[in-house]
Amino acid sequence: MVRLILQRLALLIPTLLGLSILLFLWVRALPGGPATALLGERATPEAVERINALYGFDRPLVEQYLTWMGQLLQGNFGASTRTAVPVLDEFLQRFPATIELTLLALLLAVGVGIPLGYVAARHQGRFLDHTTVAASLLGVTIPVFFLAFLLKYLFAVQLGWFPSTGRQSPSMLATHPTGFYVLDGLLTREWDAAWDALRHLVLPAVALGSIPLAIIARITRASVIEVQNADYVRTARAKGLRGPRLRRRVVLRNAMLPVATTIGLQVGLLLSGAVLTETVFSFNGIGSFLANAVFNLDYAVLQGFILFIAVVYALVNLAVDVSYGLIDPRMRVR
Amino acid sequence: MTGVQPQPLLSLRDLEVTFTTEHGAMKAVRGASFDVMAGETVAIVGESGSGKSTTAMAVIGLLAQNGRVSGGQILFDGTDVAALSGAGIARMRGSDIGMVPQDPMSNLNPVMRVGTQIVEALEDNGVARGEAARRRAVELLEEAGLPDAAHRASSYPHEFSGGMRQRALIAMGLSCRPRLLIADEPTSALDVTVQRTILDRLDVLTAELGTAVLLITHDLGLAAERASRIVVMYQGEVVEQGPATQLLTDPQHEYTRRLLAAAPSLASRRIQLAKQAGKTEAVADDLLAVSATPHDPAGPDADADNIIEVESITKVFKLRGRGLFSRSSDFTAVDDVSFVIPRGTTVAVVGESGSGKSTVARMMLDLIPATSGTIRFNGESVGGADRAAEVRFRRKVQPIFQDPYASLDPLYTIHRTIEEPLRAHDFGTAAERRDRVHQLMEDVALAPHLLRRYPAELSGGQRQRVAIARALALNPDLVVCDEAVSALDVIVQSQILHLLADLQHRLGLSYLFISHDLAVVRQIADRVCVMEKGRIVEQGTVDDVFDRPQQQYTRALLDAIPGRDLELGLRAG
Repeated sequence: MVRLILQRLALLIPTLLGLSILLFLWVRALPGGPATALLGERATPEAVERINALYGFDRPLVEQYLTWMGQLLQGNFGASTRTAVPVLDEFLQRFPATIELTLLALLLAVGVGIPLGYVAARHQGRFLDHTTVAASLLGVTIPVFFLAFLLKYLFAVQLGWFPSTGRQSPSMLATHPTGFYVLDGLLTREWDAAWDALRHLVLPAVALGSIPLAIIARITRASVIEVQNADYVRTARAKGLRGPRLRRRVVLRNAMLPVATTIGLQVGLLLSGAVLTETVFSFNGIGSFLANAVFNLDYAVLQGFILFIAVVYALVNLAVDVSYGLIDPRMRVR
Repeated sequence: MTGVQPQPLLSLRDLEVTFTTEHGAMKAVRGASFDVMAGETVAIVGESGSGKSTTAMAVIGLLAQNGRVSGGQILFDGTDVAALSGAGIARMRGSDIGMVPQDPMSNLNPVMRVGTQIVEALEDNGVARGEAARRRAVELLEEAGLPDAAHRASSYPHEFSGGMRQRALIAMGLSCRPRLLIADEPTSALDVTVQRTILDRLDVLTAELGTAVLLITHDLGLAAERASRIVVMYQGEVVEQGPATQLLTDPQHEYTRRLLAAAPSLASRRIQLAKQAGKTEAVADDLLAVSATPHDPAGPDADADNIIEVESITKVFKLRGRGLFSRSSDFTAVDDVSFVIPRGTTVAVVGESGSGKSTVARMMLDLIPATSGTIRFNGESVGGADRAAEVRFRRKVQPIFQDPYASLDPLYTIHRTIEEPLRAHDFGTAAERRDRVHQLMEDVALAPHLLRRYPAELSGGQRQRVAIARALALNPDLVVCDEAVSALDVIVQSQILHLLADLQHRLGLSYLFISHDLAVVRQIADRVCVMEKGRIVEQGTVDDVFDRPQQQYTRALLDAIPGRDLELGLRAG
């Protein structure tokens, strides 16, 4: 198991190296060069030259790349070309918000999706099953941003059950030792602040988690149906196993194998979905920040974030592989 | 048995099982009645679809979801099991009625330790708990003949060989000391030698414990060897039952006679009639006969016209190392193997799984290159860089594989399937191809109206005929049959073997016949090579090898064939 983790971590190095080269070349390939992209098309040649000298765009490519890599290795992801705030600072400040949001969305998708799929499989071909399949089909087909608007309009604007924007009501005046608002509220025993932050999270998390939830429910259903008919389940029944013990020990554990893979894939989807969701709910995470960076062609921010997301994605996949080994002993020898 | 008849342990009375399908209700078992006495072994014999497994599953209450007992009674110790609630029969499973399933590969929970899987059976049936249950599980595994059971109990199923898994399943089936054990083809997925030791073990155990056994099998020889009474099922009905010896010597029903006639055994001789008469009848009974004059197989003569000459081929596979930096190790699958196939004859390669026989077949088809050594086809070396020679070779050497389900494209019609090689090699116009396909259908004795069907709509035997027609489409010289009849029921198997013999005679084909089934080999082959661990340990004419085996291994293989002393396949002639 340890070997597997080390092996996969070692594989991260060439992956990230390749990605960094792609990102580096991408910025240099911007129309008119990075300086023009930064200043706009009507920039004077002098201004372009000044920017080139400032950021080192006039040096040989290899030298530029090595310099950039050196900075990266020291934890310097550069600074925003718009605000001059270091990318890492900005990022560390906003990251907890996105983590909070995606975690809750994931929790919702897994916590509701798996039981839903399981119940549907147990009622295969009956009303409950058909309803679940239809609902999950709907869940997959509705775009995130549309669902986000819909939820916001219904539950925030019309019904007023949940707040419509932000992470916490400004009136809370809460302190934030970690940046995870719900956790902060719990740590500082400001219960109302924690509750308020959680209420702010509900609608974005539902919007963000809907598609993964639908997919997980469908995969779980299909997997449980397949496992239910497996030879070893019949044999388990033949030796006298029955009831919840049979379902828990034999059916569910085997059925979870493809679901684990699916959950891992959904994390990537959550990160990209966060960009849309955070924008709709004015939620101050990396998603909305990234959206701004795209509009402003803030390449330093984009570079840093893309690299970061690649690392997160790779680590999540590693976690999935490890969990696979935990569920399925056959995977451990590899 | 004398005196007062004791009460049977299991008694089926007019059992009827119905499956509800999209096409309506289908009766899989119709009015089956038979008894099993305490401690007795009764075998149900029949081909696939005969209802033998369905009957067994009805007894233990594990019919598929769309199946139900629609009539009759299943009396277990006087209680009608069929009338019990789901929970009622569930309480009897494991403790009163145990089961040893067919396929050891798919019947163990892959994510749970083998020992734990027995422990949970003990615990759920209230036999033992905790540490006591764990100790008991190890004892049970030992009892089933698993070596080093204490250590093996904490292994996972994938770390076991097929034989070891089957022992674990036997330990599991007998763990709560049921009075009746249902053994559903318990060893048909295993090599003959393993099959024999496992069945011996099962015999000893059930005899010691006084367990009654309901043995489900397609193999008449095995049934006769292991059971005191045999129940023959055909199309959902019990057509005949009686003491094993009586049933074999004096079969009453037509189907039993056909089953006996088709059963391959060591006593059968090479299929000859077709060769002598040059007829193309496909009825097994007519074709199966004992030849008076022994066939004259061409020896490996240096001057002889050999279609294939294999000279000391070796295949080494690289096995990936386990660690991050560990080296890969070599595994020699085929080790210095040499043989020739004289034109127009059949050479069989026999061996158990892992003996390297399929690797030989794949090298013969030029699907994988040999590590060293040469294969010459019509004097030309195989596997060279010459593209034209490769195309020529592929045209002249065609395969027939074991599984007719898997080797036919489910989305192609039969016509398209047979036409495919003709198209691939640009054979003639569309009209010429159509004529050729019809000709081929006639050759393999299939009706032309089947051409528009899809593989899923055909029976196993029909599918294998289609596979043969496809293999013959390009007029090959050599056909490589890799376990080509192993997946078929005996009667169909016998028909296909006769078809192959007949085609060989008419078209002058040569066969390389790969098989684990020595009885089948005896019927079809002229020469035989016995492989063990990658090497040919013995080769010669079929009569020499079978009647006067020189090697210990060959003798062990021959001894392990179920019902070898019964001389099946002789009586019906």
